[in-house]
Amino acid sequence: MSLSPDELKELARYVLLTRPDEIGCDDWLGYAPSYAELVAALQPISEPLQKAAGHLVLCPECAEEFLALLAALKEDGAGS
Amino acid sequence: MTARTNEDWLRLLGEAEEAAVAELREVLHRGLRRALAGRAAADDGFIEDVTQDGVLKVLGGLTTFRGDSRFTTWAVTVAVRVAFTELRRAKWKDVSLDRLVEDAPARHPPAPPEVPSQDARQAVLAAMHRIIGTVLTDRQRQALVAEFKGMPQAEIAVQMGLTRNALYKLTHDARQSLKRGLEAAGIDGDEVRAAFDL
Ligand SMILES: [Zn+2]
Repeated sequence: MSLSPDELKELARYVLLTRPDEIGCDDWLGYAPSYAELVAALQPISEPLQKAAGHLVLCPECAEEFLALLAALKEDGAGS
Repeated sequence: MTARTNEDWLRLLGEAEEAAVAELREVLHRGLRRALAGRAAADDGFIEDVTQDGVLKVLGGLTTFRGDSRFTTWAVTVAVRVAFTELRRAKWKDVSLDRLVEDAPARHPPAPPEVPSQDARQAVLAAMHRIIGTVLTDRQRQALVAEFKGMPQAEIAVQMGLTRNALYKLTHDARQSLKRGLEAAGIDGDEVRAAFDL
């Protein structure tokens, strides 16, 4: 099965976003907790952490998990 | 609920202390209920199951906690990945990656342009087909096609015998090859954006 024109368009969008120094999904998982706490608390984000969070733009699965994590943290108030 | 420091959590869970494990279970269960709210597939039974899987994953991965967040945030992060991996795999586990990508893109040249305004898009599509079919390695092509067909990364990784990071590297290399291939064909980023209205 080949990629349809719509799928190729989506791939083209990702090709345009491609950077030489991307991190993988397992690596992102290491940054996700501290990034989520800062986002949930509306705190400033350090540059290395912002750079790591660039993974969310390129990885819909990690982005979906991150939104779910924020939902888990938000209703948790200050956290446990 | 006990207020524990990260060090407390690590020490007590490292000793598999019963009350701490029970509390971890409670934290994950509550977190997962919120994280998965509104998802039809995530019923009570599913949340029970992934909570248990999450507890095991956290207990087995204590040494990977970096200590730059609350321990409970990290634990919920781990459990959320466990849950989503399971949700996604449930839908795709019976789909064979080989079947999904068996028909190589190179065998399907794009249809001729219908109207002149689509010439640019057709040229980019044709170049992408050519690069995918001839420049990418078989593994890169397999992973990339499966990903853009919507197969979850965890499932692709299992079927290809790769870690998530290794799979990501494979598709990242494929995207970089595509980018270089398009540039070599004289198609720059602006042309790609214009061709696809991106
Ligand atoms: Zn990812």
